[in-house]
Amino acid sequence: MSKYTEDDLREELKTKEYEYGFYTDIESDTFPIGLNEDIVKAISLKKEEPVWMTEWRLEAFRAWQEMEEPDWANVNYAKPDFQAIAYYSAPKSVDPNKTLDDVDPDLLAMYKKLGISVDEQKKMNNVAMDIVVDSVSVATTFKKTLSEKGIIFMSISEAIKEHPELVKKYLGTIVPQKDNYYAALNSAVFSDGSFCYIPKGVRCPMELSTYFRINQGGTGQFERTLLVADEGSYVSYLEGCTAPSRDENQLHAAVVELIAMDDAEIKYSTVQNWFPGNAEGKGGVYNFVTKRGLCEKNAKISWTQVETGSAVTWKYPSCILKGDNSVGEFYSIAVTNNYQQADTGTKMIHLGKNTKSTIISKGISAGKSQNSYRGLVQIGSRAENARNFSQCDSLLMGNECGAHTFPYIEAKNKTAQIEHEATTSKIGEDQIFYCNQRGIDTEKAIALIVNGFSKEVLNKLPMEFAVEAQKLLEISLEGSVG
Amino acid sequence: MLKINNLHASVEDKAILKGINLEVKAGEVHAIMGPNGSGKSTLSSVIAGKEEYEVTEGEIFFDEENIEELSAEERAHKGIFLSFQYPVEIPGVSVTNFIKTAINETRKAKGLPDMPAKDMLKLIREKAELLEIDRKFLSRSLNQGFSGGEKKRNEIFQMAMLEPKLAILDETDSGLDIDALRIVASGVNKLKSKDNAVILITHYQRLLDYIVPDFVHVLYKGRIVKSGGKELAHELEEKGYDWIKEEVDA
Repeated sequence: MSKYTEDDLREELKTKEYEYGFYTDIESDTFPIGLNEDIVKAISLKKEEPVWMTEWRLEAFRAWQEMEEPDWANVNYAKPDFQAIAYYSAPKSVDPNKTLDDVDPDLLAMYKKLGISVDEQKKMNNVAMDIVVDSVSVATTFKKTLSEKGIIFMSISEAIKEHPELVKKYLGTIVPQKDNYYAALNSAVFSDGSFCYIPKGVRCPMELSTYFRINQGGTGQFERTLLVADEGSYVSYLEGCTAPSRDENQLHAAVVELIAMDDAEIKYSTVQNWFPGNAEGKGGVYNFVTKRGLCEKNAKISWTQVETGSAVTWKYPSCILKGDNSVGEFYSIAVTNNYQQADTGTKMIHLGKNTKSTIISKGISAGKSQNSYRGLVQIGSRAENARNFSQCDSLLMGNECGAHTFPYIEAKNKTAQIEHEATTSKIGEDQIFYCNQRGIDTEKAIALIVNGFSKEVLNKLPMEFAVEAQKLLEISLEGSVG
Repeated sequence: MLKINNLHASVEDKAILKGINLEVKAGEVHAIMGPNGSGKSTLSSVIAGKEEYEVTEGEIFFDEENIEELSAEERAHKGIFLSFQYPVEIPGVSVTNFIKTAINETRKAKGLPDMPAKDMLKLIREKAELLEIDRKFLSRSLNQGFSGGEKKRNEIFQMAMLEPKLAILDETDSGLDIDALRIVASGVNKLKSKDNAVILITHYQRLLDYIVPDFVHVLYKGRIVKSGGKELAHELEEKGYDWIKEEVDA
């Protein structure tokens, strides 16, 4: 039958561009490339940081120099040349003290292209936003509404100046400077990010959100997020990421630290759509991220991530369940297509009694991509009655991709209950034909099957994010069944 | 409605259909019977437009249009429905969500807007009652963990929702107990009208006690070797297929 075949479709999609791959021409203030102590000092100086902060960065930098880049992950890539990256780039026309109305119209136009018009966000969704372009936080909306509740939500640069006692107390307590290679690098050169503090007993009335974007070529993005939920408080936090299409590989090495004190709850959701590289595997973002949260007594941390972008992803949002009865959750959808590689998962460290963790991981691989789940469930000797449930499902499309599962379990307490379930399935031609026969074309059929597969995780996302995530899944997998 | 002329089809270069001629008019029920491996399921897949099957000779006309160039979904949009012998599972996609997507995609192809949610729910409720389908069933994942009877009932439910012009029921009776068979058959009978047509593909006469055909055809070695009225089915039930095989192979 000489109909419109999947080959035609694939051909058509090859020429289809990454939807977020535009580049906005905004004048940037970029540091010379390379990394040494002077650059670290210069970043700190540029940001008018206090001496303790400069020292903290230098300490991290010195540690980093002694460290080796990790190579245990199931990914292959050309190691970044850390001396060929510019470590600071700020859109020039932005002054952090300006209000939203003063923001560069070009920047606002860019958000519009991203589909996140800030104005609209303000009006329509109850979302407070902090937007980080390249390295600098551009605007934080809703500051006033939040401050009435005593909630602090601002860029971390501002927080270092305005709330040095809080930053000093908590920064690096969950992810120490020397934690790992990328975390050390981030600690030395992080340029911005978000800081959030929810006071005792306060339920944050809106979703807090940060939008990250790498705009400038030849730069890395190193943002640092620190979120402290004081006793009995609650916060839901979202982060979204995009980057323009570029031939070169761009480095993104972020650190996120969460602290949930007694009875507090943090929901942290990520939709990551960094540029994945083109269909031949050229370009794309290296996404090397350290995310970790600490739960005190009765606290709960829930990580939800939808990872569709990046050429290489190395990321394990983790929970340290230190307090008795604390709860950790990890819900993940990781999609890889073309030549993308993802090695992602979580660590659940059970230290307290009656601690509980749940891991639901959905890996979807297409094209020539490799998708790995790597997870550790560790039960400490004092963690009486700890419980874990893990489920890792993989969905494959075509015959050239790979799905891998590396679950690690270490139990030092006999009362622990650990369950692990795993499945691997493939989108079959029979499923597609069945949908076709009911009038559903192949593209839509794949979207339907993938959404069904990912449903348990999509359901965990806040409403407006779930819709965006669903669309992203469709875009990422277009034309991937062969 | 459906006119098949000298149809030859093969899969992976193996010829399976070797010159089928068949005409089905609106309001008619045709039964296609035959021993295993005679090409019954291939015929239904070819009419529905399954890609792996290659038409090497002959034509298929639907409403006087040659449908050879049309994809499976385009044929579905024109009103061809195939009830599968082995319906596939789609985990995480509910029966309701699936049929909603199917209906709205078909409407989109015809340039119509999505069916309003209220109308959709009303239609679903109506058709579910017709087939004695429990409300809870509709929110389960499509075909996942369904019994044989539930799978087939779900196929007929989708047929009722989509209201096709031509419904091909491929071995709908296989794997059904007598109660499920009765419900499925009565559903099909209720959906029958002078404007649509049904092709029943079956190995056994049993189904034909419930859905009475106007014509019975015997398929053997990729050809229709005998046609007749409903009495032919009874003859086959009594004598089996051997006498036909002997007639043909002689």
